[in-house]
Amino acid sequence: MTPPDTSLAETLRPQAPAGTFRLFAAGDYAGLQEHLSVFGALDTGSIGPDFIGVLEASGLTGRGGAAFASWRKMAATAESGSAGILPSRPVVIANGAEGEPLSFKDRTLLANSPHLVLDGLLAANRAVAGSQMYLYAAPDSLAGVAGAIAERPDARRIRLVPAPETFVAGEASAVVNAIATGTALPLDKRRRLSEAGLKGRPTLVLNVETLAHIGLIARYGAAWFRSTGSPADPGTRLLTVSGPGPVQVQEVPGNAALGTILHDAGIDARALSAVLVGGYHGRWVRPLDYRISPSGPDGQAVRPGAGVILALPADQCGLAATARILNYLAGESAKQCGPCMFGLPAMAGVLHRIASGEPNPQLPRELDRLSKLVSGRGACHHPDGTVQLVHSALEIFADDVKAHLSGRCMREDGRTA
Amino acid sequence: MSDTLHIDWTKCDGRGLCTELLPALLARDDWGYPVSRRSRSGNRTDVPIGADSLDAAADAVRLCPRLALSLVGERTSRRA
Repeated sequence: MTPPDTSLAETLRPQAPAGTFRLFAAGDYAGLQEHLSVFGALDTGSIGPDFIGVLEASGLTGRGGAAFASWRKMAATAESGSAGILPSRPVVIANGAEGEPLSFKDRTLLANSPHLVLDGLLAANRAVAGSQMYLYAAPDSLAGVAGAIAERPDARRIRLVPAPETFVAGEASAVVNAIATGTALPLDKRRRLSEAGLKGRPTLVLNVETLAHIGLIARYGAAWFRSTGSPADPGTRLLTVSGPGPVQVQEVPGNAALGTILHDAGIDARALSAVLVGGYHGRWVRPLDYRISPSGPDGQAVRPGAGVILALPADQCGLAATARILNYLAGESAKQCGPCMFGLPAMAGVLHRIASGEPNPQLPRELDRLSKLVSGRGACHHPDGTVQLVHSALEIFADDVKAHLSGRCMREDGRTA
Repeated sequence: MSDTLHIDWTKCDGRGLCTELLPALLARDDWGYPVSRRSRSGNRTDVPIGADSLDAAADAVRLCPRLALSLVGERTSRRA
């Protein structure tokens, strides 16, 4: 696809936010008036298929976890929507389900900047010539969104659907399933959602933060979006940073340095054992000179995933922490797919034996065998994400594993004998 | 021309019929569920089927008691 002439869209409006403070620029709990006075009005009616080219030029990637190029998803949906003898107009879904226990960015965004998300949803719907719009989020978030919709006539067609607070409820096919049937479980995917999703229609599921960025790109253009971040990871992203001290939601530039993020959160990096990046399907990293970016060489860049950063203090055992997370993930299996339903609890059991100091040198090998057994075998990526977490734990906490296998723990809070 | 055998894990109950019909392609895991012996970039949900296994794969699709299998042609198969 060749990017269309975007000269008009590239014209910087006086109110374009400078720097990396973008998504919350309209202030806390921004109503329509604050929203319009800070960002200016957006004529979504003038947006058409050309906008997909603007998004391509912007380099925006999905902020829900997979970091897929947003324009590609949109182009695929638009194409399916116009294909065939009886074209079926697409459905666009704003996904605000935030099943990651350590993620708060999406609910923070929906509470404070609902109009930006609505702008993005309306713009995306126009770009793919969609016929139906949904916003799917936890009931607590929907109340505020309903208030925002009541403030503006152009958003009245958006239907609100409550999301359950389960880990897999935000997986794209689970979102479609929840809207269609009320059951937020992932579906088998013989066809992509962009071809056949909700009621067989081409379906575009975009994270609410992704849509908020789209709401800004529709106003200020691709060059403005790229004015922060790096060429390969332009724009900003929201992160939820937790560790010692209160949980924080930060808006950071693309390709941000992990050390800076921790410093800005008031966390002393020297007092840490390791940092979990991406959420419960993410990776442990150490040392901390990593960049947070969906692309970049291993060992220098770590994928942001769901935008979760968890700092583990030096006196806490990473194996015990991972075992607790694995226990949770095993419990959050949708229990539809055998390898996940049986494999994840089996993996959790082995990791618990390692974490509790059972001096059995076969345990890491068994954990590796189980990991290989479950990966790539499920309707969704829950097993694969879990395997990624476990692999990174065995790598980053390799010395701890050795210590545990000889019956001791290197950390003060370790529970080994 | 390469076809794949798609496993719908949400339906599969590990009855094992497919593993008996396609022993060269499918093993059974600890719990009886089929495991592809080969994978395409980590995807073990769409099992590559050679021409010599096509008939047996078609039988597996037809006989699976859970209707969990389907044959997907190269052009319509989803990306890994």
